[in-house]
Amino acid sequence: MMQCPKCHAQMNTYNRNGVQIEQCNGCRGIFLDYGELESLTRLESQWAQQAPPAPPAPQQAYPAAPPAAHAPAWGAPQHGGHGGHYGHHRQKGFGRMLFSS
Amino acid sequence: MTTTQTSVVHDLGTLAHRLSHPARTPCVCEPPQVLADRPDGTVVRSGAIVAKAHAADTDREALAARIALAAAPQLAGILLPPLPAPAPAAPTARPVTLWPLGAPVDPTDPGAAPWAEAADLLARLHRTKPPFPLPPMRGPAKAARAVARMRAALRADATAVSCGTRDAATLPGDATAPPRDPAGLSVLAGWRALPAWARGEVPAPVRRGSSLCHGDLHLGQLVRHPAPDGPWLLIDMDDAGVGEPAWDLGRPAAWYAAGLLAPEDWSTFLDAYRSAGGPAVPADGDPWPALDVPARALTVQTAAVALAKCAAEQRDPDEHEQLMIESCARIATLPPELATGPAS
Repeated sequence: MMQCPKCHAQMNTYNRNGVQIEQCNGCRGIFLDYGELESLTRLESQWAQQAPPAPPAPQQAYPAAPPAAHAPAWGAPQHGGHGGHYGHHRQKGFGRMLFSS
Repeated sequence: MTTTQTSVVHDLGTLAHRLSHPARTPCVCEPPQVLADRPDGTVVRSGAIVAKAHAADTDREALAARIALAAAPQLAGILLPPLPAPAPAAPTARPVTLWPLGAPVDPTDPGAAPWAEAADLLARLHRTKPPFPLPPMRGPAKAARAVARMRAALRADATAVSCGTRDAATLPGDATAPPRDPAGLSVLAGWRALPAWARGEVPAPVRRGSSLCHGDLHLGQLVRHPAPDGPWLLIDMDDAGVGEPAWDLGRPAAWYAAGLLAPEDWSTFLDAYRSAGGPAVPADGDPWPALDVPARALTVQTAAVALAKCAAEQRDPDEHEQLMIESCARIATLPPELATGPAS
């Protein structure tokens, strides 16, 4: 668990479009690792291109993921929202795994 | 072992058949049908009666409380209630319970899987106040057992390989030696990154330990009763108890994160859970801070079981098992300060 470099409260980890962001529980400051700001900027521009008439969102300090895109940082790469191979799996059936401990 | 298992199957079949119709009516029954036959659960059906032999090392007092829970009126419409069990003539090596037959989920029709119904049942279970004292939910204990099983299986596998190659360096002298298999190492790395409560090493923190939980949810744990069109109910109380409710969402969450469960099915499940007021995740916003630890634990558990099976059967992981192993590898590469995350 990280400590906030400014106020030393604990920081919680959030996942925004697959990018890990630490936010301080005390001062609400946000900590980004090396390269994460660039990742967010890139995702923001992709998001803006996908949805040109996006209304301004003054409450958002950083681009929020669309609701369907909530996934953990360790999720499979196809969680980026580009379809992936789910249909393939679904058509093939579940496999035994979904029916056993 | 084979002889013992066979005799358990026979005894369960006889018991279920004896109860499935009055003794003096003419018998046109089909032979008893084995629904499952594992050391931790042998299940045999005759007619509308299902008999289950639980694991030999079952804590019988805890099992009695769990079976009483399934029979409690507070859980009607959520858990399949047991049938009254006749007192055994002699003490049995494995405790036996009796259940009415239900219709299971059709494994050949993924589109018909009752994701919303499963989530609704879980939310209602999690919201029910325990009607009497219950043992802890056994999810973390099962995860620990799966990892131990994988270690043992990979050691045995390494022995087989090293005996063939005369490579003394791979001989497993140390019971705690890590497996040499990279997939096994990923599973262990994911396991070590979990908080102690999720590894079953300490009780769950109180804020995480207050709900009635199923403890081992998967699609084999749902039946329609009465068959074939009755409402869906949860079955198999062997791991139920009081604990962290997000554990029950952890397996679908792990499947979704691995790419095994379609996003629309995951949304159906999660939305239904939230609509029914389930307490494991916040009513809106990102559910992953609450789901992260159980989902990682169940990813590790599933991958560990898969690797143990592959080693025992001398085969490679199938496509679905491979997705869970890859998930473990991603978990293992997370920086430790993120892997312990906000939900620990």
